[in-house]
Amino acid sequence: MSTCSVTLETLAQAPEGREILTCLQCGVCAGTCPYGDVMEYPPRRMIAMMRAGMLDKVFASDSLLSCVACYACMAKCPRGIRLTEILLPLMKEQALAHLAELPGELQRALQNTLRYGNPMGEPSRKRAAWVKTAPVPIRIFAEDRRPADVLWFVECYTSFYPRGQDNSRATARLFHRLGIDFAILGNEEKCAGECGRLTWEPGLFETLMDYNMAVFQKYQFNRLVTSCPHAHNAFKNRYPLLGFNWALEHVTPFLAKHLDRLKPQLTRKLPYTVTYHDSCCLGRQNEFYEAPRQLLGAIPGVKSIEMVHNRVNALCCGGGGGGMWLDTYFKAKGYQRLSERRVQEAIDTGADVLAVSCPYEVSRFEDALKVLGYDKRMIVRDVTELLAEAMEE
Amino acid sequence: MHILVLLKMVPDVVEDLEIAAGGKGLDMDYVRMIPNESDDHALEQALLLKERHGAKVTVLAADAPEVDDALFTAAAKGADRVIKLVGMDGGSTRETARYFSQVIADGHGIVPVDLILTGVQAIDDLDGLIAPLVADELRLPFLGIITGVSVDASGGTARAVKEFPAGVRGEFQMNLPAVLGIQAAEKPPRYIPVAKVRAAMKSVKIECVDVPTLAGGDWPVVNVVEMKRNQPAGHAQMLEGAPEKVSEKLCEILAGSGLF
Repeated sequence: MSTCSVTLETLAQAPEGREILTCLQCGVCAGTCPYGDVMEYPPRRMIAMMRAGMLDKVFASDSLLSCVACYACMAKCPRGIRLTEILLPLMKEQALAHLAELPGELQRALQNTLRYGNPMGEPSRKRAAWVKTAPVPIRIFAEDRRPADVLWFVECYTSFYPRGQDNSRATARLFHRLGIDFAILGNEEKCAGECGRLTWEPGLFETLMDYNMAVFQKYQFNRLVTSCPHAHNAFKNRYPLLGFNWALEHVTPFLAKHLDRLKPQLTRKLPYTVTYHDSCCLGRQNEFYEAPRQLLGAIPGVKSIEMVHNRVNALCCGGGGGGMWLDTYFKAKGYQRLSERRVQEAIDTGADVLAVSCPYEVSRFEDALKVLGYDKRMIVRDVTELLAEAMEE
Repeated sequence: MHILVLLKMVPDVVEDLEIAAGGKGLDMDYVRMIPNESDDHALEQALLLKERHGAKVTVLAADAPEVDDALFTAAAKGADRVIKLVGMDGGSTRETARYFSQVIADGHGIVPVDLILTGVQAIDDLDGLIAPLVADELRLPFLGIITGVSVDASGGTARAVKEFPAGVRGEFQMNLPAVLGIQAAEKPPRYIPVAKVRAAMKSVKIECVDVPTLAGGDWPVVNVVEMKRNQPAGHAQMLEGAPEKVSEKLCEILAGSGLF
């Protein structure tokens, strides 16, 4: 049975379900879960309730709203149980049906993603508007259908959010300087939907997957490179079920593969002390720990320093699994926002730049720096932004 | 109890609107349509009443692009029957109200109906005329700008809440059947998982009813003379630079404006 056809009812008969039933109840998952201390049913108790046939009590609680899909429980499980990939999405799907009311921000994000192809509710016809502000020409497939080596899947925050667009402009400059033959989908692109699957809504995810796959079939390209680790996750783990078989890269490891050609271009010295935050999807889920650090190490003048929690132990920014649209809910419940917890750790290193590789993190960490009063002491930059800054015009 | 919800699709203003050649309306080839927000609240109010009283909910929608999606979504949320009024070619608010009224009166298994709920207003009906015109055509009582409805145990009367300025709240009682213009349901419209909408697309049948021939075609007509975009009359002035320079400049502007 493939994971695609598993439901909560059939889970116990599937290999994935039998794997979950081998749980030792050691509680490492609950201990490593960033919201394990406030959940009524942290992962260990969820499995215990599943075994006892008492999942209704879990669904009636708001425990699943606190799961930010950070893969920490999965990474630390001594049995290798794939909680974040299998059990939690299935349980979230059921919880959605049982919740009396979905928090408004999350509901709007899901509705916007279905209607406009992005969670912010921005007009779908303006997805490619940022291209006019790019410092180099950017080819849109619908306007020039010649085959391209790379389909650059820009994604939502990097298309619409002003600070995310800085990332896109930097990426475009880097691709151009490296002579990458690339094109984008422009207004035809819609959210890859990864957070749709991990955020309660498999139906929304399947709708987006069907749509994007149909668009991919219209054009010829050899590899897909995306700016978003969440989209990378979806293309790597879910889209192949619909026949996605192109080579796939996230921008950061893709650029690291071109480091030999990129390094001579990095001629401007940047006097920064940088601490790097490992994105959950790029790090724990796909183990891209060294690529961003290699890129930062290639920038003249940059001094790198690690946070206490790094690589597999990195703290989540709190944006995954729908957390991006639950900040108000968490605040109302009195929880500490994970982005604030992470920023405090970054400040403690003495660094003046917090480097990231996920478009969610720029807004989350910049907001957290302002909330904690550290916005004069530290700035947030995507690795691509730092690389582009290190290139002479 | 049988509750009828009247649904209209309206232009989605998140996407750009274009004025059609001729300047008398929107370019409908370019417009994306979305369910009227207060009609969505009317549906939610109907579903809340259904949950409390076990009512049957029917949704009658005017044909428009994307209306099928709206009807399947209504069915997935809990509407028992969804009907599409086909053959409408634009039309004024008065025509739309008369089409709705005549389809209801013609039967189609819609009557008897106890409550007719629809949005109090739409972006293409800012005067909020649909509900009162339908009430007038059907000779039913009407109350608009409603934010809450309850029905008595016998189903013979309803109480509706209407909010007035300055924090005043009025509660009204009426005999049923009646028409209510809903401003907001008691709770925000519910979220329905896309998987359930996709399932409804496979299992629910949208009934189609042809636009009826309206008896007596002479009614006052209002013609559109011109539609155009607003032109900005002015703009904000952004002051940039060091706080001292900005405050100095601000004082100059305020002094120059004659405020001091």
